[in-house]
Amino acid sequence: MSERENIIGRIREALAVIASVPGRHAPESKAHFAGGPAESRLPKTSDHRRVMPAAGAMPEEQLVLLRKNAADLRADFKLVQNLQELAGELKQLAVKEGWQRAASHRGELTSAAAQALGLPVLFTENSFDKRELARCDVGLSECDALVAQTGTVVVTNQSAGGRALSILPPHHVVLARRRQIVADLPAALELIKQKYAGNYPSMISLITGPSRTGDIERILVLGAHGPKRLTIFCCEG
Amino acid sequence: MSAPAVQFKQDATRLSADLRHRRIIQTAMGKYETVRDQRKAAFQNWEEARQLAAITKWEAINHLDAYLEQLVSKLESRGTKVHWATTARQARDTILGVLRAAKARVIVKSKAMTAEEIHLNQALEQAGFEVVESDLGEFIVQLREEPPYHIVFPAMHLTRDEIKEVFDRKLGDAPSNDPEQLTMVARRVLREKYLQADAGITGANFAIAETGMISITENEGNARLTSALPRVMITLIGIEKVLPRLEDLALFLPMLAAMGTGQTVTCYNTLYGGPRQPGEPDGPEEYHVVLLDNHRTSLLADPEQRDSLHCIRCGACLNVCPIFRNVGGHTYGTTYCGPIGAVITPNLRGLNEWQHLSYASSLCGACTETCPVKIDLHHHLLQNRRNGSRQKPSWWQKLAFKMFAPIATKPTLWSLVTKLGRFGQKLHGLVKGSYLDPAYAWTRTRELPPIARQTFKEWWRTRS
Repeated sequence: MSERENIIGRIREALAVIASVPGRHAPESKAHFAGGPAESRLPKTSDHRRVMPAAGAMPEEQLVLLRKNAADLRADFKLVQNLQELAGELKQLAVKEGWQRAASHRGELTSAAAQALGLPVLFTENSFDKRELARCDVGLSECDALVAQTGTVVVTNQSAGGRALSILPPHHVVLARRRQIVADLPAALELIKQKYAGNYPSMISLITGPSRTGDIERILVLGAHGPKRLTIFCCEG
Repeated sequence: MSAPAVQFKQDATRLSADLRHRRIIQTAMGKYETVRDQRKAAFQNWEEARQLAAITKWEAINHLDAYLEQLVSKLESRGTKVHWATTARQARDTILGVLRAAKARVIVKSKAMTAEEIHLNQALEQAGFEVVESDLGEFIVQLREEPPYHIVFPAMHLTRDEIKEVFDRKLGDAPSNDPEQLTMVARRVLREKYLQADAGITGANFAIAETGMISITENEGNARLTSALPRVMITLIGIEKVLPRLEDLALFLPMLAAMGTGQTVTCYNTLYGGPRQPGEPDGPEEYHVVLLDNHRTSLLADPEQRDSLHCIRCGACLNVCPIFRNVGGHTYGTTYCGPIGAVITPNLRGLNEWQHLSYASSLCGACTETCPVKIDLHHHLLQNRRNGSRQKPSWWQKLAFKMFAPIATKPTLWSLVTKLGRFGQKLHGLVKGSYLDPAYAWTRTRELPPIARQTFKEWWRTRS
């Protein structure tokens, strides 16, 4: 027998006796245990929303919450009116931080921004050199969603130029559209389900603030291994 | 007493009198408690959230066979190689086999308690691989050649000076004892390792059956780098980590973060569904998931304690435990310490050798009250005590109860003995706490309140 069969066999044997459901003292009946689809036993998204930290229902409230969460996380959040303003802000940032090289992927917002920067740009495309990416000062990426409730940026390796672009350079700049703001985590996960419809990217990452650690005396230090800075540009329209 | 019990007693005695150690732990815990309580308060209904989380885990664990099969078929459909390991040895051999086949030499690891459980690092080093821990806390304890102190904060027992000292000694690089500068030293050293590494090994926090994904929670970005740069990625995960659906994460990620570190959600929560897919610009060529049993199925077979498999390893029960806070993590001598470790270790590694951990508790129930998935921890400690004395009754306990029972069931004998007891306590007062005291081991650190001058019955009789 394979190890798989051994382990599954032991699990089935163990589960012949039923454990009581949390919050109830008597063991469940076999009928409840086997009967009905799992969905009927599991909490619904509306249950999750009832207990979790609240997120605003209106877009304006969500924007305010997102700003506040980003500030608490020490991420920079900037709302810009159009691509022109975005390019201007980026150039200012490049001068201020003395960027020499940028990395990006090809997307509607990132391609325009990378061109406007006027710096050598490494595009993370098929078989790029990871050591070259490590030498870049900034990684520009798009995203799938911004989550108001938590200040999270949702990226996948398909939407954001692969796995390394958003984690290896010391500064991660996210370029998003205002319509990409969602209220809460259930909405963000629902969006991922809808968008990829079963054909999921091999990596989905929920990024909440710049990389951090508290491993030395519980003192917060930013930029443990990932980006020291996270900037989110949110473009109206 | 078993060897681990002797060790526990020695270390506990030493550390509970170590004021410096206690100060370090109290400071760290004080900071944690403040942020944890803020995060709990942000929930609209924390108690109901616990109930929902408990029901979700109950569903997953009590239908584990079905969810595991769903998980595995989804993972395999996108090119992940899934391995099953009944024992720690099988898991080690599987991982060594994958690394050899891939001709790997340098390995980066991101934090994995399952790897501690199977002593993976030793096995890899013995086989000639270079292994580097990438989580800062784990990196520090690896340099100090000691096991992690806490399942979430591996280096919480160390001061910045001790960390500076080990960086100086092992890396020859420690500009000061400033936490930021020390972190940057680790960043520089490890950055090069990520780029060199042939393989990355990670643990996991959840496995999503519905979509076939492994979910990893972290703050530093080390797991993200470990799974982005090397050409082979391996995840070692306990079979109990399954959650039914993707949307369950919307509840579990904030709960884990609130109780684990006092955050809204941790910095990176990442789902991995396979190796690099066609059209993706980077990522590992091979992705291996090793599903570890290592006695989890024996815990599953005990319906009374099955809910201890609901554990999401947030460490909240350690943080509130008065015993943990006095004796510290290393004293337990186990991979999983604190109340959850005291519950599961006797079940995973043998009741005879480890049942002393069931007594490392004041039964105050703080662990049960704080657990985000409502594991009935302190009752499980009692059940382990019961199971232990059933399996191997102690002769002096049997003798004590044999003497106690006839006295306690005969009123005349009982009243005689309590009278004698009052007199005896006075005599005992002459030697109490000295080496002449026959109960010295007990009275050295404890006080017995004086027996009342009058029993209830005597008082009843004299009342006018």
